[in-house]
Amino acid sequence: MTSKHEHYYVPAQSAWPIIGALGLFLIAFGAGSYVQQLKTDGGSGGFILLAGIAIIIFMIFGWFRTVIAESMSGLYSKQMDRSFRQGMSWFIFSEVMFFAAFFGALLYARMIAVPWLGGDSNNAMTNEVLWPGFEAVWPLVMTPDGTRTEAMGWTGLPLYNTIILLTSSVTLHFAHVSLEKEKRSAIAIWLGITILLGMGFLVLQAEEYIHAYQEMGLTLSSGVYGNTFFLLTGFHGMHVTLGTVFLMVLFLRVLKGHFTPEKHFAFQAGSWYWHFVDVVWLCLFIFVYVL
Amino acid sequence: MSTITQDSPAAQDDHHDDHHHGAPKGIMRWLLTTNHKDIGTLYLWFSFIMFLTGGAMAMVIRAELFQPGLQLVEPNFFNQMTTVHGLVMVFGAVMPAFTGLANWLIPMMIGAPDMALPRMNNWSFWILPFAFAILLSSLFMEGGGPNFGWTFYAPLSTTYSPDSTALFVFSVHIMGMSSIMGAINVVVTIVNMRAPGMTWMKLPLFVWTWLITAFLLIAVMPVLAGTVTMVLTDKYFGTSFFDAAGGGDPVMFQHIFWFFGHPEVYIMILPSFGIISAIVPAFSRKRLFGYSSMVYATASIAILSFLVWAHHMFTTGMPVFAELFFMYCTMLIAVPTGVKVFNWVATMWRGSISFETPMLFAVAFIILFTIGGFSGLMLAITPVDFQYHDTYFVVAHFHYVLVTGAIFSIMAGAYYWLPKWTGNMYDEKLGRIHFWCSVISVNVLFFPMHFLGLAGMPRRIPDYAVQFADVNQIVSIGGFAFGLSQLIFLAVVIKCIRGGEKASAKPWDGSEGLEWTLPSPAPYHSFSTPPEIK
Repeated sequence: MTSKHEHYYVPAQSAWPIIGALGLFLIAFGAGSYVQQLKTDGGSGGFILLAGIAIIIFMIFGWFRTVIAESMSGLYSKQMDRSFRQGMSWFIFSEVMFFAAFFGALLYARMIAVPWLGGDSNNAMTNEVLWPGFEAVWPLVMTPDGTRTEAMGWTGLPLYNTIILLTSSVTLHFAHVSLEKEKRSAIAIWLGITILLGMGFLVLQAEEYIHAYQEMGLTLSSGVYGNTFFLLTGFHGMHVTLGTVFLMVLFLRVLKGHFTPEKHFAFQAGSWYWHFVDVVWLCLFIFVYVL
Repeated sequence: MSTITQDSPAAQDDHHDDHHHGAPKGIMRWLLTTNHKDIGTLYLWFSFIMFLTGGAMAMVIRAELFQPGLQLVEPNFFNQMTTVHGLVMVFGAVMPAFTGLANWLIPMMIGAPDMALPRMNNWSFWILPFAFAILLSSLFMEGGGPNFGWTFYAPLSTTYSPDSTALFVFSVHIMGMSSIMGAINVVVTIVNMRAPGMTWMKLPLFVWTWLITAFLLIAVMPVLAGTVTMVLTDKYFGTSFFDAAGGGDPVMFQHIFWFFGHPEVYIMILPSFGIISAIVPAFSRKRLFGYSSMVYATASIAILSFLVWAHHMFTTGMPVFAELFFMYCTMLIAVPTGVKVFNWVATMWRGSISFETPMLFAVAFIILFTIGGFSGLMLAITPVDFQYHDTYFVVAHFHYVLVTGAIFSIMAGAYYWLPKWTGNMYDEKLGRIHFWCSVISVNVLFFPMHFLGLAGMPRRIPDYAVQFADVNQIVSIGGFAFGLSQLIFLAVVIKCIRGGEKASAKPWDGSEGLEWTLPSPAPYHSFSTPPEIK
């Protein structure tokens, strides 16, 4: 709350939200149709989905351009800045809960579902009658119905990726510190390094996926180990991609001379998002790879 | 809250900033709007249309159940009706109605110029009609729409579901995005936009309950998104989260779903508590009894709501320790809820009560919601739940809390604030007719369901044993009567918008809060300059 009243900017009518709603509609309807048409091949779902994505990208550009222009022309008060910051924090909290659903599935499968199938707790007959010979181990390299796979180790690529992502959090922090001291070229350098590290992470993860699919027989459909592995790392990878794009936009804005030590909400938001993605990876590394 | 006073009576909208504008004309006003009142109106109308849509599906269900044997519809279509009735009522009627009320009222109640993020506000709303267009269109596709119950338990929603399940999944995804954005907007508005002097413990309870509701929404809607994603990959991409053959577990679905689902139940009732806490003092002409205990009780209910999810799953074969834990936690919720009911009754105690329509609905809420609460307490007891599980007793329970709870509070709120929204008094006589028709028919509809359930009639089945025939007939008659009664409400609202006795700024003697310091109808932009609260 402000003790002295500042003007709170209430934007006039805007077309971007309804364009965004239309885009989401096409994405949802297109994706829903596309997924159904996977088995039959053919159909227009994929095109509708792409059209939706194109509209959303168009909307993001337009909406953000409007917001940046409003911000640069000084329409936003301190109170407005707080609205944005709080909004971003709650958005990140919602993302945490999204990942929590999949971590919950991982822990339930690992600590309850698989042991029970192996006869644990009071489920001796489940194992004896329904899945005779099934042995409960984690990583689940052989499912109850006999699908075999291999477990992904934590050394090698995953470890490199952990180091890369942790380093990128540090370099991004240096960029932030430089911003607060208003050292323009240092911001750009540190931010540039962070972006390169993010891209490096994605390349290595792609390599890991190819290795898993082609050499280890670890796929999305190889039982609950593969399911949780790919959904968790996959959604994380999507977030890294989004975060990298976010940082690239910030990079361009830094080059254009945007952001001051006092006012840099977008930079702050991008940095929060990146640190969040980093923390998720740390949990992933521990629970999916190491333990 | 009687400490809220308005400094100058002219704190309304007579100092326009130059870029501020009145309401634009035509359809574009509604498509492009960033105004919290316009968006609130959109939400409320959308919710009412969905209420009638979901209601029509309930009529199909009750018509089929009027007599034993298969009468009117195919069993598969019956399943689609129960499923989509639930989805439409939960995500299309009750939640948007509360969001609509929040949009209309929260900025006025806290002395803010608008919601904190007005453009995102518009986006949150306009996603909804599209999402429901997708969901409802799937009913007309080959193989039919969702038929697995609104809870979409695996494997019904994975192995045995219709082809169109993907559309259900993605429509739920975008509904969830809409809810999350709406909730973020509410939280930020309340935390950041309060007028100077509007300290936490001066907030109207509707604002408090919505703040806590919004927190619950942000916490659990993403979990729902995760659940439907796993259903999607299980059905279409060969994963086995909910399939024992691949090391998963169908019971895991229920755990994840109800981790979302139980807080969701409170999302649909906490704002009701806020509405009732505004109306009961207004018509008792007394201050609310126990304001701070109301706040703490709301927060306690919200925290406990994360610890009780498995009481929906007592018959899935959980270890005894888990059954006991969830039983005790569930029963604990009766304590803060009891505090609330006690406070409302104590507010009325020796008050100078008058029974206009909002108060009639509020009193009915207190009595009938409490009945729903008590049957919930019965269901919380693990050993007896084994008997009640998946019977009409459960159906009776949650309709008492959702229809005579959530819906009645929304009706009460609509009557209470209609003069503020439209500038006209609604037709009091018609309102009372609506109330008495509703309250009688709703009890004819749902009360006998308790007996059906106790006698063992299972839910979600289009046929039943002949000994249930008479009671089902009574229930169906109550259902049709309740459905028709809601058309009276539509008539009242339309009549009120079109004209009627002019409402003063504060048409109810006992009402308190900043919204009553504004003229009726409330101006398009209110509180461009925040009021001072002493």
